[in-house]
Amino acid sequence: MPTLIRLDDGRFSAAEDIFTDVADEDEIPAGPVILSLARFQAEGDALVTSNRPVGVRIQTDEAVEDLAYDLPRLALVAVVFPKFRDGRTFTTATLLRERFGFAGEVRAVGDVLLQQAMFMVRTGFDSFVPADGATPEQWARAAGLFRHVYQRAADHRPPAFEERG
Amino acid sequence: MYRYDTIDKEFLEDRANQFRGEVVRRLAGDITEDQFKPTRLMNGLYLQLHAYMLRVAVPYGSLNPAQVRAFAHIARTWDKGYGHFTTRQNIQFNWIRLGDAPDILDHLASVDLHAIQTSGNCIRNVTSDPYAGATAQEIDDPRVWSEVLRQWSTLHPEFSYLPRKFKIAVTAAETDRTAARAHDIGLKVLRNADGALGFEVMVGGGQGRTPYLAPTIKPFLPASRLISYLEAILRVYNRHGRRDNIYKARIKILVASLGPEEFARQVEEEWDKIGEGRDWPDTELARIRGSFVRTPFETLAPRSDIFDAEQAADRSFARFVRNNVKAHKQPGYAIVEISLKAPGATPGDASADQMDAVADLAERYGLNDIRVTHEQNLVLPHVKLDDVPAVHRALQAVGLATSNISLISDIIACPGLDYCALANARAIPIAQAIQQQFADPDRAEDIGELKIKISGCINACGHHHVGHIGVLGVDKKGEEFYQLSLGGSGAEDASLAAILGPALPADKVAGAVDKLVETYLAIRQGEERFLDTFRRAGMAPFKEAVYADAH
Repeated sequence: MPTLIRLDDGRFSAAEDIFTDVADEDEIPAGPVILSLARFQAEGDALVTSNRPVGVRIQTDEAVEDLAYDLPRLALVAVVFPKFRDGRTFTTATLLRERFGFAGEVRAVGDVLLQQAMFMVRTGFDSFVPADGATPEQWARAAGLFRHVYQRAADHRPPAFEERG
Repeated sequence: MYRYDTIDKEFLEDRANQFRGEVVRRLAGDITEDQFKPTRLMNGLYLQLHAYMLRVAVPYGSLNPAQVRAFAHIARTWDKGYGHFTTRQNIQFNWIRLGDAPDILDHLASVDLHAIQTSGNCIRNVTSDPYAGATAQEIDDPRVWSEVLRQWSTLHPEFSYLPRKFKIAVTAAETDRTAARAHDIGLKVLRNADGALGFEVMVGGGQGRTPYLAPTIKPFLPASRLISYLEAILRVYNRHGRRDNIYKARIKILVASLGPEEFARQVEEEWDKIGEGRDWPDTELARIRGSFVRTPFETLAPRSDIFDAEQAADRSFARFVRNNVKAHKQPGYAIVEISLKAPGATPGDASADQMDAVADLAERYGLNDIRVTHEQNLVLPHVKLDDVPAVHRALQAVGLATSNISLISDIIACPGLDYCALANARAIPIAQAIQQQFADPDRAEDIGELKIKISGCINACGHHHVGHIGVLGVDKKGEEFYQLSLGGSGAEDASLAAILGPALPADKVAGAVDKLVETYLAIRQGEERFLDTFRRAGMAPFKEAVYADAH
């Protein structure tokens, strides 16, 4: 069982994963579930109205805009890293947080590596399923390695120009 | 130059510590080479044919004497006594041991330097005009805007894993010394009819195997909106640039496939949504401008008797002045170019002793300012005319007084098969052979401005697509051949070179260039440069001259 790391109020810790990640060909079980975008668009309405937590898995070639109207009803968006190099994930997370004001969980799944921890945290991810076995302590250290940042981003860290002001 | 404050310095310390930690983990075997590779590349450390190569960033090509001395120290202590200045105004050290790299980065950080984003699919070192702050041509100092972009692009959380590498150049002068249209983004500082400061934004240029010149997608972008507009460009590219084929992943392919109008429309649409929230406050832009140390020029007479007398007395100095000394905006000062293209030298190489000498000269005569040009030379941007003779003598003493800026022997060449794992053919020996062919300085001056650019493979690091004469190394059944092309330019009159004809074996290249030059000299009109003659007369006479024997 891979570790799930949650970022909550600035602290990284191991967490229990309450969601079942449902493949398109599988039956939807009871309890909190994560579905593909297509499956959610076909079957999600009944699930969210049944009052259980629902998440959507979004691939890098899918437009996060397609989820815009459903976001308030979602507990989680799982952003899939097909390869760590595919940086569309960082735009997806940025848009979820900054453009659509999504307040639920944004989870990094797939080829999720420690060396990108800082970029993930900065773009608004708050849960991580590391592919490299990284621990919450390592994740916290990697994400906090730099005392300063230069840009405004979804994590609301004050950039250098505000620190200077 | 820009003074790093505590924040900038602590950032570089943190970066050096991060890298040291990863190297320790790698050397201890805690992580595999595959897991280490992304970190290594993000810190400019490449595995080349014979050793690791460390590429150090020189932000917008601007250095102070302490920084140049640090390069000399690194060359002496951890390399083979020299460094190689690149077409991105950076410096590369070719013989680095992995275990030494953390100490080198610490040493660099102590003089405000680093190797951040000199590799990887991120926003690379921003380049600018090496004459910035010295030329009368410029509308504003492009270093200010380059520094804004340096900070903005440093570990950008959203744009550090782009489809491919991303290069930005900033120029503010009519004469383009940055090859702006050969960049992913070229920015030209200008003022609109109301006098407001802004940028012409060119997007989608590049070289490699499919060269494009960047079209202008926004004729005037207000300066205060620079960051949000660039974020819009980068976001459209990050989302829609191709990731399935490394050779089609640069933004030039996206711009060309959508068409510049449609690309511009998508950028505008994204820019509208981003709004002004991402722009940097004017107070910060002003702070960055104010953090550039004011150059302490003296009030001088526009002419110098010492300078004039030395020209009359010393022919070699007069030649140096004709070719390497350029007009300065401040009366009594000159811009002095230092050629790294001595006969027989590797283009762009400088020894540790030469670097120390340049640092000394900058300190003594050059207001502590040194620049690197994308044509792989150095510049002392602020030298008093009175001091130019002394600078010339000091340069002669260390073999740096070659008077050939923009002449036929001022060649750009990539490292080629002598160093590079990607190359098909050597580039450096071809450059040396051409330099030998045109070793007579009188003949070189008679030929005038002629830019030869040599790449050892189709990736075009030697900029052959924008050479007046471009030379591309190709592999033909295991033998090195060279394809010549004519008519390229990376300057304000940018154009792409066209192929002359079948590739030639290595020993025929210098002779073929000689035939091209003889043809030009025979048919040139008035003050025409080689490029002008080619544009007027076309390919035919040149082709005839080189391939006549083959008929």
